[in-house]
Amino acid sequence: MDTNLVEMCRAGLKWFTMLLDAPSARIVLFGVRIQGHIFVEVLLGFVIVFLLSQKSYKPPQRPLTEQEIDELCDEWVPEPLIPPITQDMRHEPPVLESAAGPHTTVDGKDVVNFASANYLGLIGHQKLLESCTSALEKYGVGSCGPRGFYGTIDVHIDCETRISKFLGTPDTILYSYGLSTMFSTIPCFCKRGDIIVADEGVHWGIQNGLQLSRSTIIYFKHNDMDSLRSTLEKIMTKNKRSKNLRRYIVAEAVYQNSGQIAPLDEIVKLKEKYRFRVILDESNSLGVLGRSGRGLAEHHGVPIEKIDVVTAAMGHALATEGGFCTGNARIIDYQRLSSSGYVFSASLPPYLASAAITAIDVIDQNPELLVKMKQNIALLWKGLKDIKGMSLASDPESPIVFLKLEKSSGSTKDDLLLLEKMADRALKEDSLLVVSSKKSFLDKCRLPVGIKLFVSAGHSDSDLIKASESLKRLASELLL
Amino acid sequence: MKDCFARPIASAPDAWFDMVERDWNDGEKVRDRTTKRRRCLNLGSYNYLGFGSFDEYCTPRVIESLKKFSASTCSSRVDAGTTSVHVELEECVAKYVRKHSAIVFGMGYATNSFIIPVLIGKGGLIISDSLNHSSIINGARGSGANIRIFQHNTPSHLERILREEIAERQTKTHKPWKKIIVIVEGIYSMEGEICKLPEIVSICKKYKAYVYLDEAHSIGAIGNTGRGVCELLGVNTADVDIMMGTFSKSFASCGGYIAGSKELIQYLKHHCPAHLYATSISTPSAQQIISAIRVILGEDGSNRGAQKLARIRENSNYFRSELRNMGFKGMLARKCKFLYQNESHLLPHKRANSKRNMKQVAIAVVGFPATPLMLGRARICISASHSKQDLIKALEVISKVGDLTGIKYFPAAPKKQEAEKDTIKLV
Repeated sequence: MDTNLVEMCRAGLKWFTMLLDAPSARIVLFGVRIQGHIFVEVLLGFVIVFLLSQKSYKPPQRPLTEQEIDELCDEWVPEPLIPPITQDMRHEPPVLESAAGPHTTVDGKDVVNFASANYLGLIGHQKLLESCTSALEKYGVGSCGPRGFYGTIDVHIDCETRISKFLGTPDTILYSYGLSTMFSTIPCFCKRGDIIVADEGVHWGIQNGLQLSRSTIIYFKHNDMDSLRSTLEKIMTKNKRSKNLRRYIVAEAVYQNSGQIAPLDEIVKLKEKYRFRVILDESNSLGVLGRSGRGLAEHHGVPIEKIDVVTAAMGHALATEGGFCTGNARIIDYQRLSSSGYVFSASLPPYLASAAITAIDVIDQNPELLVKMKQNIALLWKGLKDIKGMSLASDPESPIVFLKLEKSSGSTKDDLLLLEKMADRALKEDSLLVVSSKKSFLDKCRLPVGIKLFVSAGHSDSDLIKASESLKRLASELLL
Repeated sequence: MKDCFARPIASAPDAWFDMVERDWNDGEKVRDRTTKRRRCLNLGSYNYLGFGSFDEYCTPRVIESLKKFSASTCSSRVDAGTTSVHVELEECVAKYVRKHSAIVFGMGYATNSFIIPVLIGKGGLIISDSLNHSSIINGARGSGANIRIFQHNTPSHLERILREEIAERQTKTHKPWKKIIVIVEGIYSMEGEICKLPEIVSICKKYKAYVYLDEAHSIGAIGNTGRGVCELLGVNTADVDIMMGTFSKSFASCGGYIAGSKELIQYLKHHCPAHLYATSISTPSAQQIISAIRVILGEDGSNRGAQKLARIRENSNYFRSELRNMGFKGMLARKCKFLYQNESHLLPHKRANSKRNMKQVAIAVVGFPATPLMLGRARICISASHSKQDLIKALEVISKVGDLTGIKYFPAAPKKQEAEKDTIKLV
């Protein structure tokens, strides 16, 4: 029986081989002799394609019963609302007992304050206090309503007119919070599908605005014009549809995260060449740069009309709160109906608007404040030039003096803890208040961290020398 | 049409204010301010407790704090922006709201937009009421979490969504939600309704979702001592995980707060971008809030606070019932605001508004996109600083204007008062 089976298999195989070899022995296709095995392979190929095209078997789904849903809900365990608190989260900031001027009081001690962006020393200025007092007596504190519903006080309109006159722009719109200015302005103009080219070092308010706009964001290297040029070139040449999309460049005049000053003349040249619109944040340059404090445009000799949208927070040189956006009348009018931070929020308290008007008047009438501030920056630079373990990373004319770590430990968290320790010791041992970089986990900026000093026109020479000596000593103790 | 909005005023937003008259040149394009002023009864500002002008207790203290600390600190809270007034304010707010700790920001809108992304991110779910404010929507979108909307003030629909989401997510993707936050408001500003908080809190407890309560309009205005919707409806504040509110309404200042457990506030102080990067709230504004809370609680040595709260209750109950009697269609009962809804275009309201202005009563008129397209409305904000005569005058004017423009949809009730079954009355 076995032999019969073997005989039968042999016969079957012989017959099969004959079948395959016979007709095809004469076929030559594309210079290759077709052998019998090609037919097997082709057949296998068809079988595979047939199997792949079949839908996978899914058992029919029946809806969950109420009991099953109850069980699943009981089983589900959510994460805690917040992760556990670590030691570094318990750090408390210093509590001031007097105005945050160039000198302030912390824990009963007099302290030199380099942590307030009070560039022209207007905190505590007599004229500002007088105008705020009379506004408080007349209008109370809050405006009790958004701008659309009886929250527009005549002081707001006066403030907008004054800012327009100061900067030489047609119109201005006031916002009630500095950080909300950019995150309301950008989504107002930039929508899904638009292209925005932004500096990688922009501050968090701008990053949030960019995210809310849902546009395509492309970052270029921090303050690097070659990187900007190549990015713009790439966008305009590679993507043919770019010509029909709205395109923006977003930059800061003086970067909060590094103290660098943007080269506006080159940005404007690039903008005109590739036909982009520029949105510029002048929070740290208003009242600081330029011969009369009118900002980056005056500093670089660029007419302000070339910048499409200028925004600024007033919590810096103007020593008040809130922010504004300025530009041509159509842009501003559009924001009055479409900007969420303007329409859906209570307006700026009138006394702060009146402080802004007075601050601008003081800047106009006292150009010597700017000269003093620039001298102070130069003196501080001289003192910090040869600090060990850190290097000056900001622009020599910027009011934010930024000292970055020369050697990073590799982990941003450890660097931040080290800098915090340095700032704490500066306060405790030398009565010097400086700013160590802080990072939220939501912040995407990856620039190096360091110590920041905000130079004011109100600082005396001895304050600046004290700051340089103290930082040099602490840097050599903690960083080497 | 444009004349209805952004009317400038030349005085404090008190019970009566001076409205600036505007000239309209070239159609609707340019409007000039004139020097003419018209004294109008203010039914449009959020000045619920009457702190919106010179106050005998608050204003001197605010001016004192201005002279000591100046208008701004020019610094963020973590750098040199925390003064002793800020520390006192946070303790005061936490105590008032009956939570362990609080954190204060300079803008109410920014509070919602910047806090929600810190608390929840991708992999989480936010279930938000359909009529929530734009700041909550912005914050939810910015967080990256999934968002579901439940029908306005309908706890049963919320429960259905919770059950669906928890169960389906586990069976379909095998990656359960990391956490679920339900966001509701205490009083909805365009509807004037109070949230059904007890039912919502019990549902969230059952399904282990976190509750975020936005009390922008209700804090300081409702409840026996003005502590908001939790006090009014008898909800334990320990059951609400995150309580948020703003100071620009009842306290006539600016800014917002978040109140919660000690760990929550510590975490937010370390990570919230508004705390780390934004200029701190102006010190005089902070002092105004502290003083206003002291007046409300009677800690200033007088009973003005209790009087204000009683007056606003009486005023709004009286006004609401009178308007209903006249035949206007009103929204559900409220303690401090009253709205009436019109099932037509906004135009009759605008015409009504201009006529009212000529008769010196100022009311806010709202249309799309703040409300649905065909449901424009006029919104009346009652304040504790309105006297009975003011309200009677306002009612006369509104009634006349209502007759002229035809927005009285119901027949006027007979002189007897109707019983209001569906309203929440304070005893």
